Amino acid sequence: MSKILEKESLGPKINLIKLKVPHIVRKAKPGQFVILRIHERGERIPMSIADLDLENDILTIIFQEVGKSTAELATFKPGETLSDVIGPLGKPTPIKNYGTSVCVGGGIGIAPLHPIAKALKGCGNKVISIIGARSKELLFMEEEMRKISDELLITTDDGSYGTRGLVSEPLAEMLKNKKKIDFVMAIGPVPMMKAVCYVTKPYRIKTMVSLNPIMIDGTGMCGVCRVSVGGETKFACVDGPDFDGHKVDFDELSIRLKMYLKEEKIAMERYLSLMGKQ
Amino acid sequence: MEAKERLKIPRQRMPEQTPEQRKSNFFEVPLGYTPELAQKEALRCLQCKRPTCMDGCPVEIDIPGFIKLIEDEDFIGAAKKIKETNSLPAVCGRVCPQEDQCEKTCVLAKKFDPVAIGNLERFVADYEKDEGEIEIPKIEKKTGKKVAVVGSGPAGLTVAGDLVKMGHEVTVFELLHKAGGVLVYGIPEFRLPKAMVEAEVDYLRKLGVKIKLSWPVGASQTVDELFEEGYQVVFLGTGAGLPNFMHIPGENLCGIYSANEYLTRSNLMKAYAFPDHDTPIFSGKNVAVLGGGNTAMDAVRIGLRLGAKNAYIVYRRSRAEMPAREVEIHHAEEEGIKFHFLTTPIKYISNEDGWVTGMECLRMELGEPDASGRRRPVPIKGSNFIMEVDTVVVAIGNSSHPLVPRTTPGLEVNKWGNIIADLETGQTSRKGVFAGGDIVTGGATVILAAGAGKKSARAIDAYLKTL
Repeated sequence: MSKILEKESLGPKINLIKLKVPHIVRKAKPGQFVILRIHERGERIPMSIADLDLENDILTIIFQEVGKSTAELATFKPGETLSDVIGPLGKPTPIKNYGTSVCVGGGIGIAPLHPIAKALKGCGNKVISIIGARSKELLFMEEEMRKISDELLITTDDGSYGTRGLVSEPLAEMLKNKKKIDFVMAIGPVPMMKAVCYVTKPYRIKTMVSLNPIMIDGTGMCGVCRVSVGGETKFACVDGPDFDGHKVDFDELSIRLKMYLKEEKIAMERYLSLMGKQ
Repeated sequence: MEAKERLKIPRQRMPEQTPEQRKSNFFEVPLGYTPELAQKEALRCLQCKRPTCMDGCPVEIDIPGFIKLIEDEDFIGAAKKIKETNSLPAVCGRVCPQEDQCEKTCVLAKKFDPVAIGNLERFVADYEKDEGEIEIPKIEKKTGKKVAVVGSGPAGLTVAGDLVKMGHEVTVFELLHKAGGVLVYGIPEFRLPKAMVEAEVDYLRKLGVKIKLSWPVGASQTVDELFEEGYQVVFLGTGAGLPNFMHIPGENLCGIYSANEYLTRSNLMKAYAFPDHDTPIFSGKNVAVLGGGNTAMDAVRIGLRLGAKNAYIVYRRSRAEMPAREVEIHHAEEEGIKFHFLTTPIKYISNEDGWVTGMECLRMELGEPDASGRRRPVPIKGSNFIMEVDTVVVAIGNSSHPLVPRTTPGLEVNKWGNIIADLETGQTSRKGVFAGGDIVTGGATVILAAGAGKKSARAIDAYLKTL
């Protein structure tokens, strides 16, 4: 059981919650994740860590309402409890001084990118962050990212804020202009991570991505999160979630992420009709 | 009653749901003995002076003792008698392979049907539960010693129950959100109702065992940190949780599950009750389960209950080599599961959406015996054929769960990743660290894990006395 301390809306269908989970906060490292269950009939939902407050043992999670479970989670108020939170899971992102690191975050991917960028900055990297969303209202954590970046670039698909275009475009531009980049961390929707890797591959820049396949236990037991990396099958929950982006089979990941689209729709429709009746 | 008369009583069958009824529900298949049936079956026990049945019991139950109490209509007394040595009678009565253990060594087994010891164990455990208030046995004086048990499967629960009765302070750490390990994520409701597991876990709580759920030792804290927190012994019963795959082309297509995933969705997450429960499972029409063990039987019978038109077992050897219990194979056959023996898949075929639609298979024949003593299956050249499937469950075994071994320096493991431990005591290469169950032996049975827990509890108690 874990009580929600704070809750905030960061934009349309984007929410922030804070949980007090000392045993997780004390151990968690950037790149790791948690799994939560909202109630006794709930599924296990993997969630990225957006921030860790070590002084107060507080974990921040930022999530987008994409299906029934996240829509239901969004209705939780401060003081209400989640039935389970487990973590930290997965391997931490390898943090070291690479030199110049570019942190690229698309949409909800900005949340897990934040602690990684912070840690990269903390150990001496020059951090250039590129964050983007479909439109201005969907962009969050701008100030937090600005604070920990030497340079911050913003893109929106519709041009409502920052540069119009995709997050991979400023990166491509930098590389074309022969800017020296030693490390790239990219987190966001699969097509975005794929695009970033496509851009960096010809320059052979080490590019890590954080994958978000379907998971259940999140500890290596079920194997639903298997991804192909360099022709080998890996479990994202225990071998990742970070992988060398140049070796990831993003197309397979896209297909596997769609496995339960039909069921997700059924669950959502039923949930909405139940809500309507209340 | 004279032995001669006892021998005349036939073994009492346990009533079951008919195959027609049960193949579309998840309720338990055998319905349990009535008190009359149990007493009649108890009369078949010859009350041997030197009972050989007990040689076959890994948890040392006083078998003739509890059966005599059933005969005398003291069912609660019988339950207590079992619980003197076995904390999990409702579980063991259901899932132990008694035919290879107590019932195999029962003196009757040579000439007649053995006494239905498993059925009787289940009967008294259920009877005690139905009666309500379960009495707590005497607990030894508190020793002030602290033990951490990692994993709440049959090994961990047994260790915890035994040590708490000896007066030690026991905390169980479980990474899932429910206690029971394989008993809750692995074994289906129709074979082991989850309420039974919950009741056995509650019993341990009443004995004073603390259980911390959603607590991944290895990630939330290491074994070394447990010692720093003041635990004097750490018992590792972390099980064989890592699913094996065949590594053939197309294995990552949609519709292909590990047995662990298929079972976890259905059992732990109750996906069969989707959308009342949030976790979905794909209800395929043509479900193929690869493997021949109990897990494979469980998975294929889940596939059937989820609505498959055809539910197949695809096994590379023949029926005789199947490791599953005879009763499980029999139940599967009764329910209309189709068996493809001497068959192995070599690759998967998909549609444009990335879903599996077929499985290219080879026929096999049996050659010379292999290391396991079973005849090795050899592919027949050119025997390729295609099976139409939309769901595949890979049930070819599990490897040891790596979370704890990976994060515990100095803990020796063998080449399969199993923790090396003394089979009599559970002592590992690390002082104060004991281990038992599947994490030591590789995938085995509930009762062998419980037996290992029992031996380890004794060794841990002895070790704690030296501190």
